Amino acid sequence: MNNFEGFTLEWYRELFHDTRLLIIVLNTLVIALLSALIATIIGVLGAISIGNYKKRHSQNALLAVNNVLIVSPDVIIGASFLILFTMAGIQLGFYSVLLSHIAFSIPIVVLMVLPKLLEMSPTLIDAARDLGASRWDVLTKVILPYISPGIVAGFFMALTYSLDDFAVTFFVTGNGFSTLSVEIYSLARRGISLNINALSTIMFLVTIMMVIIYYYLTQRSGTKGVGFRR
Amino acid sequence: MKNLMRAFLSVLFVCLILIVVINRLNTVAGFSGGNTLTVFNWGDYIDEELIDLFEEETGITIVYETFDSNEAMMTKIQQGGTTYDVAVPSEYMVEKMVEEDLLIELDHSKLPNMQYMDERFMDLPFDQGNTYSVPYFWGTVGIIFNPTLLPEGEVISGWNDLWDPALENQILLIDGAREIIGMGLNSLGYSLNDTDPQHLQQALAKLKELTPNVKAIVGDENKMLMANNEAAIAVGWSGDAADIMWENEAIDYVVPEEGSNLWFDNFVIPKTARNVDAAHVFINFLMDPEVAAQNTEYVSYSTPNKEALKYMPEDMVHDERFYPEPELTERLEVYENLGQRNLAHYNELFLQFKMH
Amino acid sequence: MENKLSRNLFMIPYALWIILFVVSPILLVVYFSFFDIEGNFSFINYKNFFTPVYMQMTFSSFWYAFLITVLSLLVAYPTAYLVTRTKHKHLWLLLIIVPSWINLLLKAYAFIGIFGTYGAANSFLEFIGIGSRQLLFTDFSFVFVAVYIFIPFMILPIFNALDNLNPSFVYAAKDLGASKWVTFRRIILPLTMDGIKAGCQVVFIPALSLFMLTRLIAGNQVITLGTAIEQHFLVTQDWGMGSTIAVFLIFIMFIIIGLTGFRKRGA
Repeated sequence: MNNFEGFTLEWYRELFHDTRLLIIVLNTLVIALLSALIATIIGVLGAISIGNYKKRHSQNALLAVNNVLIVSPDVIIGASFLILFTMAGIQLGFYSVLLSHIAFSIPIVVLMVLPKLLEMSPTLIDAARDLGASRWDVLTKVILPYISPGIVAGFFMALTYSLDDFAVTFFVTGNGFSTLSVEIYSLARRGISLNINALSTIMFLVTIMMVIIYYYLTQRSGTKGVGFRR
Repeated sequence: MKNLMRAFLSVLFVCLILIVVINRLNTVAGFSGGNTLTVFNWGDYIDEELIDLFEEETGITIVYETFDSNEAMMTKIQQGGTTYDVAVPSEYMVEKMVEEDLLIELDHSKLPNMQYMDERFMDLPFDQGNTYSVPYFWGTVGIIFNPTLLPEGEVISGWNDLWDPALENQILLIDGAREIIGMGLNSLGYSLNDTDPQHLQQALAKLKELTPNVKAIVGDENKMLMANNEAAIAVGWSGDAADIMWENEAIDYVVPEEGSNLWFDNFVIPKTARNVDAAHVFINFLMDPEVAAQNTEYVSYSTPNKEALKYMPEDMVHDERFYPEPELTERLEVYENLGQRNLAHYNELFLQFKMH
Repeated sequence: MENKLSRNLFMIPYALWIILFVVSPILLVVYFSFFDIEGNFSFINYKNFFTPVYMQMTFSSFWYAFLITVLSLLVAYPTAYLVTRTKHKHLWLLLIIVPSWINLLLKAYAFIGIFGTYGAANSFLEFIGIGSRQLLFTDFSFVFVAVYIFIPFMILPIFNALDNLNPSFVYAAKDLGASKWVTFRRIILPLTMDGIKAGCQVVFIPALSLFMLTRLIAGNQVITLGTAIEQHFLVTQDWGMGSTIAVFLIFIMFIIIGLTGFRKRGA
């Protein structure tokens, strides 16, 4: 760290020769993509069903439950999921991490989608129904296209949440399964190696890229506000 | 809708490709399928060349995973769903794991290299007859210090020297309840395995007086911090001391005169093992004198393998700091398994100490 | 009828999620808090929790969380205000928020290097003549790094609140002869209160349960409730005690949410 001698790409080369590390990077990506995908599907369904409640206070009650995982500290989510998986007899590893990531991403998707859904005028649906559209048509041809900016935003938020998570994964991982955050923690615990810096740079570039894509998509669709992670 | 569907399908497709790639990599690197052996060891605790050598010689692929505390390791094994074939707990943890019925008995007929081990380190109280474990490395807990950073004329020879007000903010402590509470007990002349609540309270009171001198309570980072001259003193394990000396020649190590801990890390085979035969082959391989010698030179802890000493450099074998005379080892104590409740008490006290 | 049915069908996966991952983990934590370390049913954990040791820990956690929240607010509010005044405010906002996209661990490690005895911070102190001093492993560095990490989370809700503020209120106040300070205190502050509340909620609860920073930056010399939970779950294996602290934290969380209102982070 303190012995700067010059620039080299040596560390990056070393990084790509390390199969284990490569596997961990790919694991992190798969977990992020897959969990974001599944969380988006469940989250959209959740938002639609919350939106279906016409009474204001039942909507709010549901939202309160929805937000529990967002405001909960990571430590509590990690610890309680560890108990949950142990009780359910689920092996710690890929699936436990995937399930946790899906679980803590769902409420974010709901929060990104719901405002779009609520701002949609109900007359739009009535009009479609009057013109003879089936319920399925209403969903796929009216509702989903309308809320799609929210869906995209939700997906990217879920993605970044997942890529960034350390605490929850730290609690529920095992059996040699590791994500980048956890690996960085254990690598760096043994003293900072330049290898980590190379890794960090790559990770940083990946996230920046996602930010740009996300920003571009939201700007294009005119969604206001910038989401961000914990 | 069409765009949305297309986006989702393409994400799914990318995931599938990635999963396929990971599986390919796993099989190519031999991390899954075939004849594999999952080893669960402390971080940086084996010469990785030996893993390659072992894989070459036997055709068994090693999946290597690390832990950083005995407790964390046991939690993972106890929690279930893991498939570790070989683990390396310390002695008190071996006792506890036997109690919890987490280990299988070793088949001594498959471990012919056991004959090379020093009798001094075999058949110890924590595992009589070595039914479940064979020692991997041993060492002491002591004081690692950097004479160039100490105040003029300061000599470190025992625990009580650490309470010197001149050492303000200079000491790194290891993040372990037994080690630090044990240090407090030892400095008062009590045993490391004392469970008398009054003695423990005294130890805590004494430790609290040390607070102004404590810079931080850390884990493996202490190696890096000491090597970079960030602190003058660290309480830690003998092997870490050797590691640091490697990087920073000024560093010295002393086993405190008041007494300290003598510990053993041991090979065991957890009940979760899938490849019991390969586990025996692996343990036997590392007990081979030449292999053990090479490993010891790399890891720099003390080896319990008597034959291996012959293959090691003279100055290493005769270094009193790491291979102390029998008189000194007699003053050292091995941790006993104190039971859940007492251990919880130790942890509670340690937490109180940290809060100060 | 059809409407109800389809609504329920949509509801199934989401409801399952609520039951499995929201309700049952909380229930399990509460359940486990009634077992002592040997697995017997008892209230010992709660008794232990109300001893001076844990009370002191709770108190110091609160104190640090409070400090972190107040400091981030003091930095974030003027920053957010300035950002709303700039020409490309969304771009500026993005630039401020980008650091929050970098992995928390990486930031923590960067600070270990910066705050080290021979790190950049000390070279700077040396340079301006103060001389090098112990920075890493102090309360100061812990609070500093925590504030640094939380500032973007504080800025965002405040920025949104300021951005949504109708400027005609401010003009009206000015026309009626209010001074700048009075305008701020009577108009701007009350109207952005929701943003402040949201920001405080977003910072305070995680600050109460930081566990990685206490270890890496504070050298284990600051013990928060989060650290204690992590220790009990992963080191001492006293899940009962860990759960008890978790129950308490969840309880506090609900109180804070009650006070500041349920709001999404950075809404």
